[in-house]
Amino acid sequence: MTLNVARIPRNTARHLTQYRDDWHHLAEHQEGYMSGFDAHHDLRRAAWEEFERIGFPVHRRDNELWKYTDLRQIDRIGFRFGDWDTQVDLARIAELVPMPEEWSNLVFINGSLEHNSGNAPLTRIQACDWVGKLADYRSNGFVSLATAFMRIRGGSYLQFDRAREYAEPVHIIHVIDGSVGGPIVDNPRIAVEMGDSSRATLIESYVSLSEDVHMTLPVVEIKLGEGAELTHYRYQYNSENSYHFATTRVLQEASSNYRSTSFSVGSDIGRNDVFTHLIGEYAESILHGVYLATNQQHQDNEISTTHAAPHCTSDQYYKGILSGQSRAVFSGKITVERGAQKTDANQKDLNLLLSHGAEVDTKPSLEIYADDVKCGHGATAGYVDEDTLFYLQSRGVDYDTAQAMLIRGFAAEILDEYEDQILREFLEGKLDELMPALQETSDTIGTA
Amino acid sequence: MLKIENLHAAVTDSEEEILKGIDLQVKPGEVHAIMGPNGSGKSTLANVLMGKSAYTVTQGDITVDGESIVEMMPDERAHLGMFLAMQYPSEVPGVRPWQFLKAAKDAIDDANGEKKMSVRQFSKLFDEKVEEIGINPDLIKRSLNEGFSGGEKKRNEMLQMHVLDPRIAIMDETDSGLDIDALQAVADGVNRMRSPERSFVIVTHYQRLLHYVRPDIVHVLVDGKIVETGDASLAERVEQNGYRDYLAAQRNGK
Repeated sequence: MTLNVARIPRNTARHLTQYRDDWHHLAEHQEGYMSGFDAHHDLRRAAWEEFERIGFPVHRRDNELWKYTDLRQIDRIGFRFGDWDTQVDLARIAELVPMPEEWSNLVFINGSLEHNSGNAPLTRIQACDWVGKLADYRSNGFVSLATAFMRIRGGSYLQFDRAREYAEPVHIIHVIDGSVGGPIVDNPRIAVEMGDSSRATLIESYVSLSEDVHMTLPVVEIKLGEGAELTHYRYQYNSENSYHFATTRVLQEASSNYRSTSFSVGSDIGRNDVFTHLIGEYAESILHGVYLATNQQHQDNEISTTHAAPHCTSDQYYKGILSGQSRAVFSGKITVERGAQKTDANQKDLNLLLSHGAEVDTKPSLEIYADDVKCGHGATAGYVDEDTLFYLQSRGVDYDTAQAMLIRGFAAEILDEYEDQILREFLEGKLDELMPALQETSDTIGTA
Repeated sequence: MLKIENLHAAVTDSEEEILKGIDLQVKPGEVHAIMGPNGSGKSTLANVLMGKSAYTVTQGDITVDGESIVEMMPDERAHLGMFLAMQYPSEVPGVRPWQFLKAAKDAIDDANGEKKMSVRQFSKLFDEKVEEIGINPDLIKRSLNEGFSGGEKKRNEMLQMHVLDPRIAIMDETDSGLDIDALQAVADGVNRMRSPERSFVIVTHYQRLLHYVRPDIVHVLVDGKIVETGDASLAERVEQNGYRDYLAAQRNGK
């Protein structure tokens, strides 16, 4: 148990004054932002005050949650929040993410909704009376900052009606274009409410239109009613110089089924913080993902599930592919509360290291307060197997092709789970596209 | 076609010498058996022929049609028509046997200036061979060798050999750990491929497989050297007497 919140030093944001100016500016210029008309006025103010107090979690001592992720370089950059004028070029965006007609595609550029095709049950985040209830702005400076700057005319509030099956996947695309000024921050906000026995597919995509330094702080809150089923795909490929800190909080009632599969490509520092809370019996929570990093990139996965009711199932399964001098963190946590008997929980993190300079820190943690449970966990990090490479090469495929086959094969186990063929093929193509970058910085193996 | 001259090879990491001067000549159409006790270097020889980086050739030469292959990568050797059926084929998660074999076949055809097979042509060939070798078609849909039994792995090696159609097929202890049905299947596979243009080098500890695949020439390998060469009757003699006499001779410093 760590209860060292009180020990977090104050005011660790170096550019606090600038963030404060931006916050006041936004408050003055967005209608209703600070006035009583806006339902989230108090939340924003409280979140801002929290950020003033805690800043970014940059300190290196007694900071277990950020032990392997050094944020000092982020604190040195004075990021800007604001309403940016953006040019919409859907053709360019369609090159970065699939936007098939069968999906409901919502395109946000620098936070504002610029395109909406299909029939997504979408309203503005302003209408959601529980926003901020799952993602606590006190969790860390990123969530407080994202909440403090929550837009009135931004965000997505999706309400899926009870007992209804939505065949059309909802694809929320957040595009960040840093060329408008900057270095800019985008703080996408998504709230999803799945009515009892509803069924839907949600796809979240994060891409960059520019190579400059920028930061994306998505906060996603999802509620699943009894027997609801959500298939949630996540695609994150912001540019090399960017920062991405995503927070996803999921609350699951009885017999609900949440299946999340993510594909994350390293930005400079990326962190995917996911928490699923199983509060009703027989709920199921599946958290799977692939993360890739090359060069100096850093990928942090903070994956946590709490079983608060009996007979629930959870499965965390992540696979990392790391090359160059990249670094990954996998911090997987399973908590089984008292009374959550017959829990079946699994956790696995497997890493394929393509270079000697790559590193992964895996930190499994199980906290179990019930006695009749099944919990398994495992973690590995290994280089490409030389015998296997020899085996493939001996059949006539060259070294690079053989290595690429093994990398693809390693990721396939997760990618094969993408039931949506368009998305799966897109991601397989993306992996192939990234292959040269992964292989160029690879130095582990050689058969000569 | 395949010529080995005074071949010395060592473990790359430890520099321990395993092969201590091997001479061998394999002509088109011949089936050679290499027999020997455990640790004699049989498997090392098979792997060195295919270019495994865990071993380094320290002296001597290996040529195919007069061209030295010692500096060649394993894939380049495959392009020349060499094939090694492995003793312990790797399990390769996420790689489908069909896709892998198509890529291998394309690479070999491409290197030899031949046109790649269309997907349809290749599928036809693949399906024929799967049936001929008696592989459970469900297995082929899985990842390469993953969860295959020992016998299934060896049959899968035969499938690859049949599809890739090599000129020089090396088989490393393909008979080890096989039940009689699987052994029969492997032997049938080899016999069907015997032709005046193709040669085999069969590495084996026991002569079980040689009951079904009759070799033209048998070599006995002890401590990294060939100590005796003969016809098929040599294999029978080894079966009766074991390797005792060879090992005793080695201990006595010959």
